Amino acid sequence: MLKVKKDLVVIGGGPAGLAAAKTAYDDGINDVMILERDFELGGILPQCIHNGFGLHHFKEELTGPEYAQRFINDIEERDIEVKLDTMVLDVTKDRKVYAMNKKEGFLEIEAKAVVLAMGCRERTAGAIGIPGTRPAGVITAGTAQRYTNIEGFVPGDEVVILGSGDIGLIMARRMKLEGADVKAVCELLPYTGGLTRNVVQCLEDYDIPLMLNHTVTAIKGEGRLEAVEISEVDENLKPIPETAKTIKADTLLLSVGLIPENELSKKADVILDDRTGGPIVNEGRETNIEGIFACGNVLHVHDLVDWVTEESQIAGAHAAKYIKDNFEKTGKCAEVKAGENVSYVIPQKIELESGDRKRIPLYMRVSTPLTAVDINLYADGEKLYSFSEPFAKPGEMISVPLAQKTLDDLDNLSEIKVDIIEKEGE
Amino acid sequence: MIETKTLTCVACPKGCEVTVEYEGDEIIDIKGNACPQGQSYAEEEIVAPTRILPTTIRVKNGALALCPVKTTKQIPLEKMFKAMEIIGKKEVEAPIKMGDVLIEDILGTGANIVATRDMPEKL
Repeated sequence: MLKVKKDLVVIGGGPAGLAAAKTAYDDGINDVMILERDFELGGILPQCIHNGFGLHHFKEELTGPEYAQRFINDIEERDIEVKLDTMVLDVTKDRKVYAMNKKEGFLEIEAKAVVLAMGCRERTAGAIGIPGTRPAGVITAGTAQRYTNIEGFVPGDEVVILGSGDIGLIMARRMKLEGADVKAVCELLPYTGGLTRNVVQCLEDYDIPLMLNHTVTAIKGEGRLEAVEISEVDENLKPIPETAKTIKADTLLLSVGLIPENELSKKADVILDDRTGGPIVNEGRETNIEGIFACGNVLHVHDLVDWVTEESQIAGAHAAKYIKDNFEKTGKCAEVKAGENVSYVIPQKIELESGDRKRIPLYMRVSTPLTAVDINLYADGEKLYSFSEPFAKPGEMISVPLAQKTLDDLDNLSEIKVDIIEKEGE
Repeated sequence: MIETKTLTCVACPKGCEVTVEYEGDEIIDIKGNACPQGQSYAEEEIVAPTRILPTTIRVKNGALALCPVKTTKQIPLEKMFKAMEIIGKKEVEAPIKMGDVLIEDILGTGANIVATRDMPEKL
């Protein structure tokens, strides 16, 4: 078994891992290794061929592959060791990483710090339990995206999509452009889970119907999918039997949510948050295990890769600080809580010395969509500040800056809470 | 006949609801936009909507079977399927560098089809 020592090991070579590695390297950590299970870097971005990436980070609109290529080029320009086709099998809480590849066999890498950047996976048909038969042709939207954009074949001719998350919307347009008849996008909830721009550019542009309050109630077909039955649902999300209708289709794409991939995190005794499915972290993105950091979709599912980059820069910078022994905890820990109509807030705790930091961005999502909202921040029950936004949607992450000066002015802070509620007087 | 249409501006992620009053190709009034980008977006949307086309092109001897591509600028929405047909007939040879022009001036739009990643040769 090959045994090596590294300052920083980054698990996952997608946008999160690449940004974390780059930032840590630029902050003076020259002994960095990225472990990637695929044959190339980039994570999911190479198959996300559509545009709309980079508006925040690069201030220009890029496609997924272009966004990835820029970071891949940045990594190649630096003396960062990359191991491709390498599967990580285990991570211990004393930061030993066990991995395997064809060339070197079994590896043990002892790291001063580890960044978890394994991303997420899709919920599948099994996870949502649709009644009916189990023919071929029922696949996740991401799998269809891989077939169409990487492997080079379009997985069907007559398509129904369940779930209006971004990948579902993007694939509706993609399959339509590739010549498929995309019959409908069904969404169980009364609102879409995707970005507004995707509803406009993927569905409205191509007259693809978005059927809100609808779900698939049966899958029909032997061997290959022949049809799906869809039904309207009532306010309790229960299907209304008399609304059932059958749509002929050979392909059903599922865009029904993403799950952070934390099997390795659990092996290292990292504590996960029930709401995000990812680790509980402090403002440096350090988990409960000292020296193990997490960023990107393994931490919480993002809608924009730009936020993944920002978050991974935070994780990379703090991992570098940790390795340089320049990472102090205040000894006090303020919890950050999701209040009314907020499903979660990242980070979940604030416990580090501020150093030269000006502000902490709090990432959050609302539970239900509202127009005209007040975003209220409280410190131990006292209102810190409040601001208004024209709308808030669960599909669009909100970043709220918390000024360091505000934190410094508070004594013995134990809790920060955020509410996102309907604007007063409207 | 005067018509009104409510559009979601996609110029930035803010997503303003812009209401346009128009008759044929003539814009009468635009409301709801927070900035001038919303004004021009709404005008274009009514008169001649345009979009970037991201798609893939077949690659001979590449590490992957396809290389992702895009138009270098927005092209008319109505030309999307015609453009897809032209790109679908083309096959290019690896290696390819991001930004390489693979098809020039598609359908006389002035937009080139460029690669959006490096595509090395098959090993």
